[in-house]
Amino acid sequence: MTLIVQLTLVSLVPLLIVALGGLMSEKSGVTNIALEGLMLLGAFVGVWVIRDLQNATNPLPMQLIYLIGIIVGGLVGGLFAMTHAIASIKFNADQTISATAINLFAPAFAIYTARSLQGAQQIRFSAAFRIDKVPFLGDIPIIGEWFFQKTYISLFIAAGILAFVWILLYKTKSGLRIRAVGENPQAADAQGINIYKIRYLSVFASGILAGIGGVIFVVTTSASFDATVAGMGFLAIAVLIFGNWHPGRILLSAIVFGFFRTIASAYSAIGFLRDLDLDTEIYQMIPFVITLIVLAITSRNSRAPKAIGQIYEMGKR
Amino acid sequence: MDKQENKAIVTFKDKLLRILLNLFNVLKPSLISIGVGLAFGFIIMLIFNPGGAFPGLITLLTGGLGSGIKVAGDILLHAAPIILTGVALVVAFKTGLFNIGASGQMIVAGYVAIHVGVLWNIPAPFHWMVALLLGTVAGAIWGAIPGILKAFTNTNEVVSSIMLNYIGTFLAVFLIKANVYNGATAKSLNIQASAELPRLGALFGNSKANIGIFIAIAVAVLMYYVFKKTTLGYELKASGFNREASRYAGMNAKRNIVLSMLISGAIVGLGGAIQFLVIGTNLGTTYDLLPQGFDGISVALLGLTEPIGAVFAGTFLSYIRQGGFYMQVNGFPQQIIDIIIAVIVYTTSISVAIQLFFANLKTKRLMKKASTSEIEGGIEQ
Repeated sequence: MTLIVQLTLVSLVPLLIVALGGLMSEKSGVTNIALEGLMLLGAFVGVWVIRDLQNATNPLPMQLIYLIGIIVGGLVGGLFAMTHAIASIKFNADQTISATAINLFAPAFAIYTARSLQGAQQIRFSAAFRIDKVPFLGDIPIIGEWFFQKTYISLFIAAGILAFVWILLYKTKSGLRIRAVGENPQAADAQGINIYKIRYLSVFASGILAGIGGVIFVVTTSASFDATVAGMGFLAIAVLIFGNWHPGRILLSAIVFGFFRTIASAYSAIGFLRDLDLDTEIYQMIPFVITLIVLAITSRNSRAPKAIGQIYEMGKR
Repeated sequence: MDKQENKAIVTFKDKLLRILLNLFNVLKPSLISIGVGLAFGFIIMLIFNPGGAFPGLITLLTGGLGSGIKVAGDILLHAAPIILTGVALVVAFKTGLFNIGASGQMIVAGYVAIHVGVLWNIPAPFHWMVALLLGTVAGAIWGAIPGILKAFTNTNEVVSSIMLNYIGTFLAVFLIKANVYNGATAKSLNIQASAELPRLGALFGNSKANIGIFIAIAVAVLMYYVFKKTTLGYELKASGFNREASRYAGMNAKRNIVLSMLISGAIVGLGGAIQFLVIGTNLGTTYDLLPQGFDGISVALLGLTEPIGAVFAGTFLSYIRQGGFYMQVNGFPQQIIDIIIAVIVYTTSISVAIQLFFANLKTKRLMKKASTSEIEGGIEQ
């Protein structure tokens, strides 16, 4: 049980952060199916920096290196998200298509750059970021075992981001403005809100969170980056939709999806699942099949922001 | 007499010029996008390898040709499936849908074609036909699912297609391992000779070019005809323009959505079958999504979301892919092509704005010119 909880936490953290990134962008009315590509670009540069810092002659403390990697990855994600923002906000592009361009660009750019600079596509690093036990808190029965043993600082970063996004969107004036822009830009415009500024900032934030999620996903699940984030960005979109565009429900749906992903990737460590003796592919298919079924059932009463995907032109009614 | 003849020649020349000008205007967004894409790619090449950038660009632009008739055949061989995914995307676009699930439709169809090609024993001329047909059916089924979900439960077709991409990919790997696995290569087994599409050996020497390219062109022409001349095509387009209005006009919007995705999936499926009904082209067992499915997006956009445009765009894409393959000799990873294609897709998405920008620039310049000449005129007076 403890093992399943710990593994689920590792899976749900990047999903939650990236889905919250998607929430930021979509609440302001800009669809962002570029999350996958943004995650990948953030992970690429972030992991590269982590690898280089680890190979330095006097390496910094491990957790500090991890933090720097996360910050760099976030900034890279935010930067590339701006190309999507400019296309969809300033140039009235079809948002799905400009996002698709980023998704096409990301793996090609990562492979091209890695091969050009280091001759190989994989970036290996030492995956020694796990904290065996947080002092004091780790001693609390059950909760300590689940949340404060064999854990990563990213778990607490994710909790912080969740709280921040929730408070920002629902307890502050800025949040009210973001939601107004996503629901009814015309009315927001009439109130004197600068639609463009809000949307740019929201998409930028969305890219930052996607980049952070990318670094965390790669660093906590493997020991090398190979120009892929395994569809986690797309899964995060499903988490967002299943979470009906609300932070609390997104947390719940991230738990569900994190659990299924854990089953998909670690079924051999879980006794009763190993005994079922199904093929790997079946387990890997499960999260996507469930997503599809859930989407089909819940889409009728979706509470997507009303202005999502629409181009805003000033003066248009 | 002389004057009249002259006049006839002039008008003919004028007509030709006008046609060329019109063609240029139609092609302008695509040409701008290609130009921006190539320029961006060149800059990237300059950054990483300044010395090799120029020869690299030359190889990229000419690499496809000049190396003989086999290369030309290979270009057509690889063009056929991506032309078809492009046409399929066009069909969806025209109905206001985005079929991002081509990758999944293609791999499922490819698997079915391979399954038939490896395991079934059918007399020679019919073997490949059955494989092609069943592959098409598989693509149609995989494409219809997001259509049905969209029509009846309002599920976003983009998200459901993405899920079906992964489901299809895992399903195909599972089925390959279960039925047609070649342990030595970790890929699917070779299909039987009777299941291979008829080759165009007489034309392209030892290239594996086959009749796929003719099938692709025929499908593109057929779709052009459907959209131009038939009620079905009109209804699909109408529900793309305005779903509510088309429903008010008595059209069955739900049926049109399902039909559009089904046709789109079928065309992708045909492309997948064509891709894999070639001996030596096998499905792998890595979990990567099939990239040809995503090429369809670029092809459709570059082809100005017209079926005939997709034929040219698909051939162009295959041509620079071939150039990218040869660029590895110049020390460039062939992913440079994918970078260029991504930039082309991005630029196409904002091409309307770019054209507007140039038009504004032109009017501004004209206005400036007009105002300065006015001033000059004023001074003269």
